[in-house]
Amino acid sequence: MIDVENLTKSFGDHLVLDNITEHINPGEKVVVIGPSGSGKSTFLRCLNLLETPTSGKITFEGVEITDPKVKIDAVRQKMGMVFQHFNLFPNMTIQKNITLAPVRTGLMSQSKADAAATALLHRVGLEDKAGAYPNQLSGGQKQRIAIVRALAMKPKVMLFDEPTSALDPEMVGEVLDVMKELAHEGMTMVVVTHEMGFAREVGSRVLFMDGGHILEQNEPTEFFGNPRSDRLKSFLEKVL
Amino acid sequence: MDFWTRLYESLPEIAARNVWQDAYGKFYQAWFQDGRWLTYFQGLITTLQVTVIALCIGVVLGVLVAVIRTAHDQRRPGTWNPVLTVVDFVCKIYVTIIRGTPMMVQLMIMGFVVFKSSRNFTMVGALALGINSGAYVSEIIRGGLMSLDPGQSEAGRSLGLTYFDTMRFIVIPQAFKAILPALGNEFIVLLKDTSLISVIAGKEIVYFARAIITRTYEPMFPYLITAAMYLIMVLAFSWLQGKLERRLRESDRR
Repeated sequence: MIDVENLTKSFGDHLVLDNITEHINPGEKVVVIGPSGSGKSTFLRCLNLLETPTSGKITFEGVEITDPKVKIDAVRQKMGMVFQHFNLFPNMTIQKNITLAPVRTGLMSQSKADAAATALLHRVGLEDKAGAYPNQLSGGQKQRIAIVRALAMKPKVMLFDEPTSALDPEMVGEVLDVMKELAHEGMTMVVVTHEMGFAREVGSRVLFMDGGHILEQNEPTEFFGNPRSDRLKSFLEKVL
Repeated sequence: MDFWTRLYESLPEIAARNVWQDAYGKFYQAWFQDGRWLTYFQGLITTLQVTVIALCIGVVLGVLVAVIRTAHDQRRPGTWNPVLTVVDFVCKIYVTIIRGTPMMVQLMIMGFVVFKSSRNFTMVGALALGINSGAYVSEIIRGGLMSLDPGQSEAGRSLGLTYFDTMRFIVIPQAFKAILPALGNEFIVLLKDTSLISVIAGKEIVYFARAIITRTYEPMFPYLITAAMYLIMVLAFSWLQGKLERRLRESDRR
């Protein structure tokens, strides 16, 4: 589904991603872990071109999205993204936050989008918040809305950039529950996270990144039970 | 003959006039005599016209310059657009020159050099004020656009919205709310700076106040009246601005 070939990204002299090649299959739940500054967020942000790769090729559903001639807006409509800091639009109600993109991109009429928003809000138990503004919600509620906002575009893949890192510990659970449910429905997901429990339970594959490289990857049981590289061993010792 | 005139004409009959009687006499000359109060309002209309015209020019220029400069500063790293670079450079020169020279000097250059054969002093004044205001407005708008969390436009773009839709629905409404106090400030400065166009014979309030002084040789009341008129206009505008700000704060309630 997503093909990454020789992806390199540097900010000035600082090399963040060093020649990464990776393939993500439909239905996979890829969890990316690693220490801060390892390039995992940058890797994720390159997948929908929020960061422009310095070199390399990214293909999504057969379309080479790194080609400058590609209409990136159309590609992004099929890739949902959830941010660490939610990034809800504070000037709009929750309903408007969810329906803006489907309506403006011509995916749905306003009435269809409204109905879809109501259904999605019901699914995450926040149907009574449709008329509220983002500032009136808790962090966990905001992040659930952010997930729903991305889902309203009916994406083929969902990218999560540390979705629980900015939350109070109490609220992490409610967001992870929504993500687990999404995973069980078969959504293709790429998740950058520090939640090892989530990686173990939901991930179909775990990648360990450090210094701009993918150092090790495996299915979760083997990954956590039997790490091979010393770097991963010492990392897991500290976080588990 | 109305009450005020009768009161005024009774003054010479009083041999030793007190301060208030004296002051009334001068005020009468500055306001009522020969229907002079009408000329202040004539000036007031010119002031409002000049303000509106200059404001329109200023906002259009300001938005244009701000968008060009922000687009240039926030372009994708590694890309280079020669047209944008040139236009950005021109915008920078414009802002530098306007901010670096006094308003009065700009007015005199416009009135006595660039448009020296024009008799329409009011329009020349409005044009000079608008060009001046545009430079300041552009910096205010640029500040507003840059102060917004980049995550907001990233969220918009990640949903597949175009650059323009993201600007229109997400960035500009939030930036506008943030810059409204500064923009109001700039509007007030502009309104008061219209008094400067009297130096190129623009017929606004100060121009008529001076004309009255040359008749009466009494500067106090004409200038106080002028000050009061500006103050009332600014108060009215501040009230409107406060109302708008309260409306825009709707989404901030918790």
